[in-house]
Amino acid sequence: MSLMNNLSTSTISSSSSAFLAPISFDSRTQSVAFPLKNINVVKCITNPQEQQTAYKTKVSRNANIAKLQAGYLFPEVARRRAVHLLKYPNAQVISLGIGDTTEPIPDVITSAMAERSHGLSTLEGYSGYGAEQGEKALRSALASTFYGNLGIEEDDIFVSDGAKCDISRLQVVFGSNVTMAVQDPSYPAYVDSSVIMGQTGQFQKDVEKFANIEYMRCTPENGFFPDLSTVVRTDIIFFCSPNNPTGAAATREQLTRLVQFAKDNGSIIVYDSAYALYMSDDNPRSIFEIPGAKEVAIETASFSKYAGFTGVRLGWTVVPKQLLFSDGFPVAKDFNRIVCTCFNGACNISQAGGLACLSPEGLEAMQEVIGFYKENTKIIVETFNSLGFKVYGGQNAPYVWVHFPSRSSWDVFSEILEKTHIVTTPGSGFGPSGEGFIRVSAFGHRENVLEACRRFKQLYK
Amino acid sequence: MKAGGLSWWIRCFVCFQEPPRKNSAANPQTEMVPVVYLVTQSIHCSNVPRNVNLEKLRSGYLFPEISRHETEHLQKNPDARLIRLGIGDTTQPIPDTITQAMAEHVRGLSTIQGYRGYGAEQGNMELRKAIAGKFYQDMGIKANEIFVSDGAQCDISRLQLLLGPNVTVAVQDPSFPAYIDSSVIVGQAGELEEKTGKYRNIIYMNCGPENNFFPDVSTIPRTDVIFFCSPNNPTGHAASREQLKQLVEFAKANGLIIVYDSAYATYIRDGSPRSIFEIPGAQEVAIEVSSFSKFAGFTGVRLGWTVVPEDLRYSNGFPVIKDFNRIVCTCFNGASNIAQAGGLACLSTDGYQALRNVIDYYMENAKILVDGFESLGLKVYGGKNAPYMWVHFPGLSSWNVFSEILKKTNIVTVPGRGFGPAGEEYIRISAFGPRQQILEASRRLKFYL
Repeated sequence: MSLMNNLSTSTISSSSSAFLAPISFDSRTQSVAFPLKNINVVKCITNPQEQQTAYKTKVSRNANIAKLQAGYLFPEVARRRAVHLLKYPNAQVISLGIGDTTEPIPDVITSAMAERSHGLSTLEGYSGYGAEQGEKALRSALASTFYGNLGIEEDDIFVSDGAKCDISRLQVVFGSNVTMAVQDPSYPAYVDSSVIMGQTGQFQKDVEKFANIEYMRCTPENGFFPDLSTVVRTDIIFFCSPNNPTGAAATREQLTRLVQFAKDNGSIIVYDSAYALYMSDDNPRSIFEIPGAKEVAIETASFSKYAGFTGVRLGWTVVPKQLLFSDGFPVAKDFNRIVCTCFNGACNISQAGGLACLSPEGLEAMQEVIGFYKENTKIIVETFNSLGFKVYGGQNAPYVWVHFPSRSSWDVFSEILEKTHIVTTPGSGFGPSGEGFIRVSAFGHRENVLEACRRFKQLYK
Repeated sequence: MKAGGLSWWIRCFVCFQEPPRKNSAANPQTEMVPVVYLVTQSIHCSNVPRNVNLEKLRSGYLFPEISRHETEHLQKNPDARLIRLGIGDTTQPIPDTITQAMAEHVRGLSTIQGYRGYGAEQGNMELRKAIAGKFYQDMGIKANEIFVSDGAQCDISRLQLLLGPNVTVAVQDPSFPAYIDSSVIVGQAGELEEKTGKYRNIIYMNCGPENNFFPDVSTIPRTDVIFFCSPNNPTGHAASREQLKQLVEFAKANGLIIVYDSAYATYIRDGSPRSIFEIPGAQEVAIEVSSFSKFAGFTGVRLGWTVVPEDLRYSNGFPVIKDFNRIVCTCFNGASNIAQAGGLACLSTDGYQALRNVIDYYMENAKILVDGFESLGLKVYGGKNAPYMWVHFPGLSSWNVFSEILKKTNIVTVPGRGFGPAGEEYIRISAFGPRQQILEASRRLKFYL
């Protein structure tokens, strides 16, 4: 079903920048001389299409959106998958591209949601508008589950319909007059939302970067942690750990340096911890494990990859009371205002599910599902290792970052798709330093993952 | 240049604080007052400037403010039996056939066949088709022009992100506060003029009894966008076909875009247009935003939709729908699939009929309240095509009337001024509530006012 949706929208968001370019209605005129007796007449013939010129309003297109070069990355990948399926209608396509969860949600969680649904048909169980910041019980459970000893309180937590939406709401809070830094490569929503907000300049094709964004290279050479001594100060720093797409997890020492860097520069870190529970190593799961972080960081997180809530839509953002703008105004107050004005709370049924996720039974059930995907990751890592590839990630995140030296990642993506019917994600979609890498996601039914690995072995033996 | 850290601790002596108040409700947003206090430890301020647009918002969003007053009142009068006719929150349970569909979908998520991950950001095609079929039959609106969302309030902000800071907007006065507030947030609105209470760059189109709640288009300066809500929140007025034709013609003549809010369309009872797209030519000039909130009691479930016709184009010919799709794919990740399953059930024959009964229930409430106010000799507007009554208290400040009513009758309403300067002297009463409460409210009003 989702395939057809993407197919229908593919005609709308094409990757070709030419397609996205403003449609120009040049009128082509031709001069024709009619050799009438004693009279020279020049007749202009316009293109017949021009007579039906589509109506245009007088509203200018938002120049910021015009800066975006192509569709958002994942619909792009989906589009190519759809095109491939048209070409090979009988192909058994395996999707290891978009990080979409595949395993059913544990019963303990769905039964809570079913109960809440039924309750909405009763007088006692009906609820209308909820608090925009989220239901109290859920906020409380999030605080105690994830931030128990870290001094983060229930009212520092804002429940949402997911991290991607929160990222844009944070950008709306910050406005257009702030500068930002991102890891390179990184989850595309940080850069794209920044462009939309008007924080950036034009896209520079030669370096594949937007002007005015500080791209912090994260590569195998620097252990996927930026050399902070070379990073220009920006107002906002987006940092994701465990990282999408590289799978790298920052150590306590690295995060301590990051927090210090933010403190020295008066910057705000937006820390994306959507994959924290995939951590195998003993690295911090929350930025707030680092002393002083409450004064410099916001943390965003999600139930998507823990509970398979990619379609159910539930996440949260922590904005500590101690985080202040340069004039001393608390960031949380402005975030609250945005949440109350531009949002109206997460779905109450989803929130009931979230609460069940955080019960002892729910937590255990989530760990099982996470464990399943981690086992998938292990299989994929072993496969690429055995084929002699340099493989990164996979240990602390459900993503495997495979190096294809000197090759264009879109070319490798196409080759893999064409020859094995496996969808991956090209590294360059995450930033210029993603070139030469492919991201393989580990979400999938076990038999599909095993089959995919068989095909990889066939292709690259 | 190094900034932040200890070097800023002196500046932080003067920080913004809330006036002390006890409040356990949703985080209050009140006017911040500067407070100087001694610190025995250093406070770190970032060096990130606050967004100047947010500074332009003078107070909290209207409805949390109403909540706050409610909570304060309850603290002072713990035994008060409060009746809430303020925030337009639905109260009646959702019909079984709809919640059953949601529960079934949820149970399916625990099975291999029924599990769903990411949905299309634009919404499930089945639902988009059902919306097109139910609400836009014969209007030439196609399923792929419909974007399912988590509600109109969220869509309004996404539309503002789409339009950007360099467009000018006009709003009805009074109107749903999210249009103005989102405009301020995105940077379109300019400075607030304290004297008039209006933002410099926003055009306020007076809508009152004297002009039949429809602006005189010959006097409106051109803006890029007009926000228009019908049936109207807060006045309850449903624009006539003639009025909407004028609006569409005005839009066409001036090359502007109408953002048409039809969240209360299903409350219309007198044959007034339910969609802007009933007007010929609207597809080239209008976007329509709508919602399941008041239609289906989905205020907490969160589901709505926005129609962006393919024929709507920017001045350079670029289709608006392409950019809206980009926003939806980048800043959003789809409405909850559970809510969407519910939405589909709402549009089934049984679901729709059951919802009509709930709407009839609320409109019966409205009638009771209208009769009540009229019997007091007050001029009451609305209440016929929308679940809101717009009651006139000539010469009085609406916040004062709000406080008086709350104090004397323990009934929460909304002061008209919260919807714009032309809302002064009016109170908005919502018709959502259990019948008993509505009857009790009517009794109290007759007794005390």
